Amino acid sequence: MPQELFNTSVTELSRMMGAGEVSAAELMGSVVARTKAVEGRVRAFNSFDEADALAQARASDQRRARAKASGSPVHALEGIPIGIKDVISVAGQPLTASSRMLANFVSPYDATVTRKLKGLGAICWGRLNLDEFAMGSSTENSAFGVTSNPWDLERVPGGSSGGSAASVAAGEAIASLGSDTGGSIRQPAALCGIVGLKPSYGRVSRYGLIAFASSLDQIGPFARSVEDAATVLGAISGHDPKDSTSLKMEVPDYNRGIAEFARSGRKWKLGVPKEYFGEGLDPEVGAAVQAAIDEYRRQGCEIREVSLPHTRYAVGAYYIIATAECSSNLARFDGVRYGHRSKDATDALDLYFKSRAEGFGPEVKRRIILGTYVLSSGYYDAYYLRAQKVRTLIRRDFLEAYKQVDAIVTPTSPTPAFRKGEKAANPLAMYLNDIYTIGVNLAGLPGISIPCGFTAGGLPIGLQVIGQPFKETELLAVARTYEERNDWRSRFPKL
Amino acid sequence: MTYEAVIGLEVHVQLKTHSKMFTRVQAGYGFPENTLTDPVVLALPGTLPVMNKDALDKIIKAGLLLGCEIAPVCKWDRKNYFYPDSPKNYQISQYDQPICKGGSVEVELPGPARNVMGEHKRVALTRIHLEEDVGKLNHGEGVSLVDFNRAGTPLMEIVSEPVIRSADEAFAYLTALKTVMIYGGISDCDMEKGQLRCDANISIRPVGQEALGTKVELKNLNSFSFVRDGIAHEIRRQAAVLESGGKIVQETRDYDGQTGTSQSLRSKEMAHDYRYFPDPDLMPVEVDSAWKEAVRATCPELPFDRQRRLQEQYAIPYTITSVLVPDRELGDYFEEAARLCGKPQAAGNWITNDLLRELGAAKVALGASKVRPAHVAALVKLVEDGAILSNAAKEVFIDMFHTGEMPEAVVARKGLKAETNTEDLERWCAEAIAANPKSVADYKGGKESALNAFKGPVMRAAKGKADPKRVDETLRRLLS
Repeated sequence: MPQELFNTSVTELSRMMGAGEVSAAELMGSVVARTKAVEGRVRAFNSFDEADALAQARASDQRRARAKASGSPVHALEGIPIGIKDVISVAGQPLTASSRMLANFVSPYDATVTRKLKGLGAICWGRLNLDEFAMGSSTENSAFGVTSNPWDLERVPGGSSGGSAASVAAGEAIASLGSDTGGSIRQPAALCGIVGLKPSYGRVSRYGLIAFASSLDQIGPFARSVEDAATVLGAISGHDPKDSTSLKMEVPDYNRGIAEFARSGRKWKLGVPKEYFGEGLDPEVGAAVQAAIDEYRRQGCEIREVSLPHTRYAVGAYYIIATAECSSNLARFDGVRYGHRSKDATDALDLYFKSRAEGFGPEVKRRIILGTYVLSSGYYDAYYLRAQKVRTLIRRDFLEAYKQVDAIVTPTSPTPAFRKGEKAANPLAMYLNDIYTIGVNLAGLPGISIPCGFTAGGLPIGLQVIGQPFKETELLAVARTYEERNDWRSRFPKL
Repeated sequence: MTYEAVIGLEVHVQLKTHSKMFTRVQAGYGFPENTLTDPVVLALPGTLPVMNKDALDKIIKAGLLLGCEIAPVCKWDRKNYFYPDSPKNYQISQYDQPICKGGSVEVELPGPARNVMGEHKRVALTRIHLEEDVGKLNHGEGVSLVDFNRAGTPLMEIVSEPVIRSADEAFAYLTALKTVMIYGGISDCDMEKGQLRCDANISIRPVGQEALGTKVELKNLNSFSFVRDGIAHEIRRQAAVLESGGKIVQETRDYDGQTGTSQSLRSKEMAHDYRYFPDPDLMPVEVDSAWKEAVRATCPELPFDRQRRLQEQYAIPYTITSVLVPDRELGDYFEEAARLCGKPQAAGNWITNDLLRELGAAKVALGASKVRPAHVAALVKLVEDGAILSNAAKEVFIDMFHTGEMPEAVVARKGLKAETNTEDLERWCAEAIAANPKSVADYKGGKESALNAFKGPVMRAAKGKADPKRVDETLRRLLS
């Protein structure tokens, strides 16, 4: 596939627009045309507002012209179309969480991340499909349609941020935002052959993100390169007075940090956790990840085996904590103030029962029921409290490992993209997709998935790098160290 | 059988803060429906709570005033239940770690007479915690509407130990609690505006029995007298049930103050499982000693401490202090007036009798009164110096209440100055004596009342501005 505007990096597009080689309106036009051409097959979007996007692009061109005239600086994201997962609020746009519950809901306010992106000149582009309320690993749980993997339309893009990953992989967005509660950014990034980053818990404001599991959710970027991901991360990071869980900590210039590490020739100490290479790991994925580890070694990095002994409890602890929080977070969807309201309810209680029965899909109901159960009187100590203790142990495992290593490398997902419907009937098999990503959320760490090869059948494989708390610069630099020695990202799906 | 009541009260008090508990939209009462809302109050998808520090300051202040132990960390929990007035269908509250523990409220039980101080007692507290208020349902014909103006208002729950023994004690407890809250600027505690709400847990047991009886929770006690009447009614109801051989059922009952009856709302079996868990959206807040001390520095003297001090420092009686103290502003007013004139008893009398009477008649708040402490002090001085007579002083007071002029100006304008010219007084007295030899003889003959015969002519000559005391003295001197 020849280089087109829609599959060019943020960095390059920013340079081109700065040099006057292309306008934001032309770029947006290219992305819109591409979307219209492939969306029938990919179905990454729940909706998009072409007129609004083009108007934003023209406004961007005017801002750039004014900035040029006055000699003021222009941010790298000025005029860049960034796709938004349909669980992050954009004022005046639909906010559905891919649920019948919110099928007709339009949000009246901007999430902090979208406010920040708009403030820097980026274009919030479209509403990207997801598993309903971000619960799932395949985007098959969307109430509105299944997104296809651009590399093989018969397969899933991963999830829950499947639309965010597929749109970037297919050239329908230059970058996108997703949310990651147990792997929902990293796993679809791996399955779609792009870069996906989950920041440290507290790095990015959650205000305006529909909460699934508040103590685990983080918003993060999808992009075609580590550098682009770093640019978007820098734009959305930082303390937000509207989110008490966002940390008061300075946001570094990530790309400058990456460049400084590259200049210094830092030789990373990387940990390989033995628990992440056991049963269930697809041999082709294992081989590709091993090859990536070998590449790091060739570049002078020190590879050490580390142990994360409580890994086997992670999935269990996760499904207790995440479901407990979601059972409470989703209580607000009751048909009283907004959202789906059953037409034939007889009283308040009946309104709750019917609106929620009609509005929520089966996976969401399953998790609400599970979460309600684990918080119930008499079970709280045995489940929720114990899961929190396991969570502490899992975090301690990681911090212990970081006494020896700078970062940890693992597969992102045990398998490449699977076929639609393959695991839909078996929730437990679906839950195991996140086996390598969940621990990172439980421990509040930053993690990134970067492409590290393809299967013989041409499906992308992802390498996960897990960093230390709030050391996103180091994490990105480690990822960049690998990325700059291969050209996986120059491949583009044939659509 | 004689029974003893065991009563514990749960009192909800809205904190007087500018904004709501977890968002910065205004808190208030009496606004058009659903105007004090924002995306957070309405629990729109994606919104998050952010704590109001002023609310935490105020509950810490309440805790310090009531002698509670202040927790080192303020932790938040979610109380999960579905109700249309609760936008998130969970309430952010404090479950296992309330911000205040222990403490007590000093109460004054009813005395033997209205003007005699009653016995004082301390009602121990279990805990005080902070939470958010819910909205309000308005039920109409076939439709119920929700007003979220109240939703999210900072709300303090004050739980007493089951140590209250009667309806009167419960009334005294609420009165004392309200006074402390008003003194601290913590809440206005206006029950009509829902700023103070009370539920009572009531059980009875035979006198002398240690074990507690089955408790009943009484709700909807929406005025102080309904609290008293409702509790008295419930004690009678339980005693009647036991007397007739029945058993008390653990339940929640709804008291109707209009009819003085109650009916069962729900039984224990239908109690909620609130599925409390720590709110992951809010970080625990550390309350260090510097914070506590900063709040302590803003704590006023407690009402009963002030009452004891006023009695001691100014030597004024209970009849005056019991009027002055419950109203912090009135107490301040008095102390200012007493300081300016140095005559606390006189100042106290003017304030508790004349000022309150006039304010009441004119429906004017103390803060809006044109008569300030300086007016009262100046008036007290004029009377004390004999510059005006007491009946003239009453006239001066009413005048300055309406005009706001200082008493000296009123006296001058109205020509009310008392006659103080000794020469004139001596002459008028001498003339009166000279004109009435019969009465002189009667007086000298031991008839004390004969003196009055001279006073009329003297007063007439003085046009009523002579001080009767001095007239009396002068006549006696001249006749001796």
